[in-house]
Amino acid sequence: MTKPILSIRDLTVEIPTRYGILRPVDGVSYDIAPGEILGVVGESGAGKSMAGNAVIGLLSPPAHISKGEIHVNGTRIDNLKGDAMRKLRGKQIGMVFQDPLTSLNPLLRIGDQLTETILAHLDVTRDQAQQRAIAALEEVGIPGARERVNSYPHEFSGGMRQRVVIALALCAEPSLIIADEPTTALDVSVQAQIIALLKQLCRTRDTAVMLITHDMGVIAEAADRVAVMYAGKLVELGPVRDVLTKPSHPYTDGLMGSTPLASRGKARLHQIPGAMPRLDNLPTGCAFHPRCPYSTDKCAADPAPTLQDGGGAAACFFPLPHKAKVA
Amino acid sequence: MTDTPLPQDAPLPEKDPSRLSLWWQSDFMYTFKRSPVAVVSFTVFALIVLAAIFAPLIAPYNPFDPGSLNLMNGFSAPMTPNAFTGETFWLGTDDQGRDVFSTILYGMRISLFVGAAAVLFAMVLGITLGLLAGYVGGWTETIIMRVADVQLTFPAILVAMLIFGVAKGITPVEYRDQMAIWVLIIAIGLSDWVQFARVVRGATLVEKNKEYVQAARLIGRTSPAIMLRHILPNVLSPVLVIATISLALAIIAEATLSFLGVGAPPTQPSLGTLIRIGQGFLFSGEWWILLFPAVTLLVLALSVNLLGDWLRDALNPRLR
Amino acid sequence: MLAYIIQRIAQSFLVLLVVGAVAFSMFRFVGDPIDNMLGQERTQADIERLRTQLGLDQPFPVQYVKFLAGAVQGNFGVSYRQGRPVSQILVERAPATLELAAVSGFLAISIGIGLGVFTAIRRDGFTANAIMSLSLIGVSLPTFLIGILLIYLFSVELGWLPSFGRGDTVRIGWWTTGFLTESGLKALILPSITLGLYQMTLIMRLVRSEMLEVLRQDYIRFARARGLRDRAVNFRHALKNTLVPVITVTGLQLGSIIAFAIITETVFQWPGVGLLFINAIQFVDIPVMAAYLMLISVMFVGINLIVDLLYFSIDPRLRADRTGGH
Repeated sequence: MTKPILSIRDLTVEIPTRYGILRPVDGVSYDIAPGEILGVVGESGAGKSMAGNAVIGLLSPPAHISKGEIHVNGTRIDNLKGDAMRKLRGKQIGMVFQDPLTSLNPLLRIGDQLTETILAHLDVTRDQAQQRAIAALEEVGIPGARERVNSYPHEFSGGMRQRVVIALALCAEPSLIIADEPTTALDVSVQAQIIALLKQLCRTRDTAVMLITHDMGVIAEAADRVAVMYAGKLVELGPVRDVLTKPSHPYTDGLMGSTPLASRGKARLHQIPGAMPRLDNLPTGCAFHPRCPYSTDKCAADPAPTLQDGGGAAACFFPLPHKAKVA
Repeated sequence: MTDTPLPQDAPLPEKDPSRLSLWWQSDFMYTFKRSPVAVVSFTVFALIVLAAIFAPLIAPYNPFDPGSLNLMNGFSAPMTPNAFTGETFWLGTDDQGRDVFSTILYGMRISLFVGAAAVLFAMVLGITLGLLAGYVGGWTETIIMRVADVQLTFPAILVAMLIFGVAKGITPVEYRDQMAIWVLIIAIGLSDWVQFARVVRGATLVEKNKEYVQAARLIGRTSPAIMLRHILPNVLSPVLVIATISLALAIIAEATLSFLGVGAPPTQPSLGTLIRIGQGFLFSGEWWILLFPAVTLLVLALSVNLLGDWLRDALNPRLR
Repeated sequence: MLAYIIQRIAQSFLVLLVVGAVAFSMFRFVGDPIDNMLGQERTQADIERLRTQLGLDQPFPVQYVKFLAGAVQGNFGVSYRQGRPVSQILVERAPATLELAAVSGFLAISIGIGLGVFTAIRRDGFTANAIMSLSLIGVSLPTFLIGILLIYLFSVELGWLPSFGRGDTVRIGWWTTGFLTESGLKALILPSITLGLYQMTLIMRLVRSEMLEVLRQDYIRFARARGLRDRAVNFRHALKNTLVPVITVTGLQLGSIIAFAIITETVFQWPGVGLLFINAIQFVDIPVMAAYLMLISVMFVGINLIVDLLYFSIDPRLRADRTGGH
């Protein structure tokens, strides 16, 4: 088994507020291997972006990592401060944000934004950086890169901008990319292109990818393994085929039921009743039990079991498929 | 399945908290109580307002009753007995024998009165014009907004000075002192209405297209009725935030105008006028005639500004 | 782009015409110019003669146009108080105000931007908080009060600096400058601090809040996520984006320095056009008031125009929009 690029163990992020301590990430553990795309999926507010921010060290105070460890390429990074952490960003860990329009500084040419990133991490001359910048743009499929390198962000369309953002994230050659909802702000037709681009670039460079999204379609299209998050906790983790076709956790099952997939041929979309609880109003026991069609007294009383790392396990006392119906 | 409790086991419902206690515990009051700046500046401001309102009761002397003045009392230093009459004044006296402490109390009255009245005037004018501009639209709106734009190119205080100067030119000499306070209120108010009008117009434009307005029109309500009873209450909240800051600015504007000599006259002096008078005595040694009114104005301006600042931050939805 | 420029210039002209009308109305209707200019011992013949001389017997619109024509050439009539042509008085007093405004403006901008950036970057530091608290004082206190207190401290108590006037000045052509003498420079210190303080704190707080806003933007997060140094993030990315909106407001503020000079000049008895204006109001010297009004309008409208066009040329997005970009 090759060493994973990213390894997080029992990661917990806490935010102290007037109403108490909130835990948007609670005891989450997973690994990502080189060249592997791990999809992290869940509803808005489930904590998937927070986990990504924690890894790259960009949590906004007062949010902070209170427990757990993060290892990148074998080195522990969650306890790094200041300049040490800064050196990692871009060089070992790259990040792609959701909205390409606001990710780029409108007043700077994209060529300058590329070269400054390259120069910050790689020991090259200005000219070499410029060459690399043009090459990066070509690699992400920007036509006429040599001329476009002097353009401003607003002179590109949405899809092109996101390509530029990907080029920026990759130009210092990181081994891990965190993509936070990279396609949500794009047209459906462009989404597929961006996903394909991301897959292709990461395969060729053996980059590990944490693909954060709420869109099951994107997961099905791009991910190798998938991690499902609910109310801050990891509820299921496994290879994408298994999780999507034979989900073990009732929540995942509900999610799949509410996703329109051609293969499922249901007449009506199933809807999980209720809504994900707010972090300051979590139910006792398993966080999903009020909405779970199979919940029991035990589910309401005892906290759900944590996930065993490996594959196919779910954080549930009664993982699917059920041999017999539970009351 | 979990059991629902039987009716006789259910706990008694709690009494609904009163509206006052709801407000006291609200997020707004929470931020207030936690901010020492807000609490202190509010207390200070409240004290000043109270002192101004009850000035006739608190002031040991009435400085504007010519009969009670004794010129021989003039130029007494604070807390030292006067060489001629043996009377002692807390903060000394000015050149005419007026007790500085009393003049400050009465001066605060005028400062606060003019400030509040000016803001009220600006609000009424601004809200009315804003409602008209937003609701009626067309030429009315264009004219009002154009005038507003032109006026906004110039600093408010300049506009106020000009209005005061022109009014002075029109008024016959013998009435000038009496009318000064009222002219001052109108001048400051006229220089300040624009921001109210703009905000109200913007809000009116938004409200105008809402269903409750269309419904009111359908049942035959007249335009003024709609504007006043339906739209107005809904556009008031941003106005209140602007009003508090306007008050601070109006008080300072009044003080400045009076200091420059185009405001409250020496016969009805505000704090600004007192400072102007005091400056004349700085180098001849009677420092108290300047210093005490100056410090009073400093405290008033600071507290009202800090309060307004805090209020603006507390009510700003973006910062939460 | 050309269309925009023309539109803005046309707007400016309109404003000037309106202001001109106001100034002219003041001239004609406030007080009786004849009354003001002739003494008690005037005869009917004197009145008639002056009336024709001043052109007061002609129709209103004609007078308005003549007034404007005169204004454009710098002829504002004769001061009621001093009996001299207003333009002459203005030329005499202008250098004092301009020098004061220049020094204040320079202080306000340099210290304002510097402190603004500092307090934004070192947001939670002790120094930054101390500076912010002090700045509240600069914004809350009326300018004249600051001036008075400065005089009290530095002139009366400490005796270091003069409390009124310009000191000795040197005449160069039609300009008088205080920069070349020691007493002239000393006399500039307190007034320019007084005049500039308000602008400085305003600029500082504006730069700070704009910068904090910019620092919250996604592209700043992305820049950090790419591992750029703090210095690069703050100065290369944040500062440039901060200054763009700051320039607009700053430009407008600087215009008001000349107007606020009125207050400072009164406190320090500084012989500039501001003090002239206040005296004119007190004496109801209409020609001077009208002239000042016209000049100030030209200045404000001009500054607004320049700032608008400047903003336009700096932000590439606006340029693209106007030319029908991509």
